[in-house]
Amino acid sequence: MSDFPRWKYALVALMMVFGIVYALPNAFIPIPAVQVTANRGAPPIDTSVQQKVAAALAKQQIVAGEVRVLGDHLLATFANADIQKSGADAMKSALGDGYTVAFKLQSTVPGWLRAIGARSMPLGLDLQGGVHFLMQVDENDVIDKQESSYADDIRSLLRDKHIRYESVARNAVRGQGIAVILRSAEDRAKASDDIANEYAELNVSNGPTTGDRYVLNAVVKPEKLRALSLNTIKQNLGTLRNRINALGVSEPLIQQQGESRIVVELAGVQDPAEAKKLIGATATLQYRAGIGQPGDARAQEAARTGNIPPDANLYYMRGSHEPVLVSKRIIVTGNELTDAASGIDSQSGTPKVDVTLNAAGAKKMGDFTNANVGKPMAVVYVERVVDTKMVNGKEVRTPKITESVINDATIQSPFSRQFQTTGLGSPKEASELALLLKGGALAAPVDIVEERVIGPSLGQDNIDKGLKAVLLGLSLVLLAAALYYKLFGLVADIALFFNLVILVAVMSMIGVTLTMPGIAGIVLTLGMAIDANVLICERVREELRNGSTPHAAIRAGYEKAWSTILDANVTHLIAALALTTMGTGAIKGFGVTLMIGILTSLFTSVTLTHAFTALIHGHRKLKTLSV
Amino acid sequence: MEIFNHNSNINFLGMRKYSIAIALVLMLTSIALIAIKGLNYGLDFTGGVSVVVDYDHPVQIAEVRAALAKGGLEHAVVQSLGGTREVSIRMQPKDDVDAMKAAGGKVNLDRISADVTRMLQVARPDARMKSRDYVGSEVGAELKSDGTVAAVFVILGIMAYLWIRFERRFAIAAVATEIHDVLVTLGIIALVQRDFDMTVLASVLAVIGYSINDKVVVFDRIRELFRLARKAEPEEILNRSINNTLSRTIITSLFTSITMGALYFFGGPVVRGFAVTMLIGIVVGTLSSIFVASPILLWLGVSKKDLMPVTRDNPELARRP
Repeated sequence: MSDFPRWKYALVALMMVFGIVYALPNAFIPIPAVQVTANRGAPPIDTSVQQKVAAALAKQQIVAGEVRVLGDHLLATFANADIQKSGADAMKSALGDGYTVAFKLQSTVPGWLRAIGARSMPLGLDLQGGVHFLMQVDENDVIDKQESSYADDIRSLLRDKHIRYESVARNAVRGQGIAVILRSAEDRAKASDDIANEYAELNVSNGPTTGDRYVLNAVVKPEKLRALSLNTIKQNLGTLRNRINALGVSEPLIQQQGESRIVVELAGVQDPAEAKKLIGATATLQYRAGIGQPGDARAQEAARTGNIPPDANLYYMRGSHEPVLVSKRIIVTGNELTDAASGIDSQSGTPKVDVTLNAAGAKKMGDFTNANVGKPMAVVYVERVVDTKMVNGKEVRTPKITESVINDATIQSPFSRQFQTTGLGSPKEASELALLLKGGALAAPVDIVEERVIGPSLGQDNIDKGLKAVLLGLSLVLLAAALYYKLFGLVADIALFFNLVILVAVMSMIGVTLTMPGIAGIVLTLGMAIDANVLICERVREELRNGSTPHAAIRAGYEKAWSTILDANVTHLIAALALTTMGTGAIKGFGVTLMIGILTSLFTSVTLTHAFTALIHGHRKLKTLSV
Repeated sequence: MEIFNHNSNINFLGMRKYSIAIALVLMLTSIALIAIKGLNYGLDFTGGVSVVVDYDHPVQIAEVRAALAKGGLEHAVVQSLGGTREVSIRMQPKDDVDAMKAAGGKVNLDRISADVTRMLQVARPDARMKSRDYVGSEVGAELKSDGTVAAVFVILGIMAYLWIRFERRFAIAAVATEIHDVLVTLGIIALVQRDFDMTVLASVLAVIGYSINDKVVVFDRIRELFRLARKAEPEEILNRSINNTLSRTIITSLFTSITMGALYFFGGPVVRGFAVTMLIGIVVGTLSSIFVASPILLWLGVSKKDLMPVTRDNPELARRP
């Protein structure tokens, strides 16, 4: 058939090559490995570390595939997960605290494939084992904290403005705001204006008046609450990333889901206790009077000798690890901080962080700064991790507290409610400081609302079963199609096989995580992709029966079947699209697979088979067709 | 090879009174089943705790139940996961009173699963925990509403597409049949009380996609025949369309069923519910494509006139002399 254009042949050939090349990485099974990275302050990874590791493994007679230094980290590969585990244990005890030892699945994809961006599909937790957490911000707590803090602020505002009030209290129902009760209508009008001017994020409205009780309601705007909730998520994402890195999971997934949730997936982790401990950690912060500069002679001296002045604590700067002396006197704590935002200082052009305190904090800060202009003030960040251990059948909870100084700045002039910290190194540093400040102040508790722990044997089991189902489903359909449609069936079989290959290639390239529902999607796609070929073959048969010549029958078969195939696939695509909009991971994975499968099958079942049919029948005179 | 007589001329529309009546009865029965028996919602929807335990040697469900009851967990639901060595145990966190008390009213999955393992190992030391899940009830409730929204979205999207590509009557007929398919599929799941979990929900949504595929193929043929025929008797056209596409309808169903069968028998417990639902949906969808969709179309009064390529009346032209 000469009417099949050459560029389409080229396209088909190209897609087949693309499919094979990009699906290929999945054939290289990754091997268990252990990765070692140096922590801050520890000597970098070099051959001496490598020798240490090799010696430690040899001593315990653990056979490692290879132990190599790769840039800033060291990698040791093992034959299986059991050896990997004992290897990691041996390495941990040999290297000590200065290094992070993490489990990893080392890809065995050859370099030339990786060079062209071909990679294998990441496996979901249900296929490799691990823990999954879904966490949610406690929104009630956000509201509680906000309303109490605004109630305090309104009280002090009214005092400052000399407006007499009977009471300022939160309404009994959460989220209903703060009720301010005043003595006269004039006072109420004045208070209403003042509150609205001072706090733009409050909705102020008059309530019912009974006798001489004039009620004013101030409700926190929903936008403000939503922004706070989103902020909490953002902080938690940041702090979780930091904390989980310390856990030694090589590729953790920490993602926001919706507006108030965070998904954490840790592949390969079997004991969620450690992870949960880190997730549950809480942080607070303290503004304290500083003593000297970070890294100055006194601090160095104190760090070296351990002679710390009695009224001071010795801490280290977060990041630079310089020692710094900080007074024990706390000026303001995180509870009194209402907001922190990063920006650029308009005068100096350097990054800055704007901090807002509540009324109580403002007063203390004002008193302190008035007396201490030119002196340093430090921000101490306190993280509290509760360690739960079972001792003699009883749970023993021991809090572990780590303190570090996140900022040490000189007080330029007295300030109270609002102030800014300038002279920060970079916008990134500024936004990190703002996040940390908020993290230590406004952090709403985050609850675990979903937890799944999948054992590694179950993961392997699922892979085996999934693979078996795909291969068996495929071969049965291949067989049935070849039997029923003979030569045309064989062509459809080639298409179906390449549909699987190209589907896997596209999924790998986009980086779709393969899960069990995804595998179900692949199997379903295989079953439904053949539909287009059934439509074409039935049409060709029909045309032949109506007396068309073989070539005409092929042409008419493809032409007439096309509109049906298109309509059927578009409607199916709509259904798949709806599946992908569902927030839940498992269904989403299935929907994405189905969607890609519909698109690839449209190409393979129509264009690819047409090319093969044209190639086989094109230049021959035909009396019959094998269909 | 050909299984079907290509000259088949079965008068499907002739049985429309019966087929529609049966479809209606099936639908009403399904609604009743869903309302009375209810869907056996799985952990993903109800929330709670689920652990999967496997044994080195075969175990009886009753044995597991007895071991749990002895430990104070009388309300746990124990099910076999295919085979005789693997069981799933489902319960509400509050069933494990001690664990709830120890965790101060919060759910402590580690503690609960440790309790379950301990209870099982008293009776059978070869019991081992394979996986454990905790789902908050709020998350489950959300999944239900998300699923409903997705189903409505699919049905409306398909309706809009068919309305534009075909015609109003086709859109209505397709959606009415779709609703029938979903309800009957759900009805059968309720009848046999299969676990309704996340993968089954995905499968129900996929059934909508599958069954619309089937209807569109028949509708396409109806449109084509209407356009070709000089004298178009709707009933005859519809009958011919169903007969012409009959072999394709059944072959495709068979092929898809083959793959779902493979998934059912070899895919393991995670996707078994998915495969079963899909198989039910394929049967229901195929039958309704043949017996239900076209009669509705006829009843709505489809005609040749509605399907001719549109030549819009141009008011500009009409106004000209």
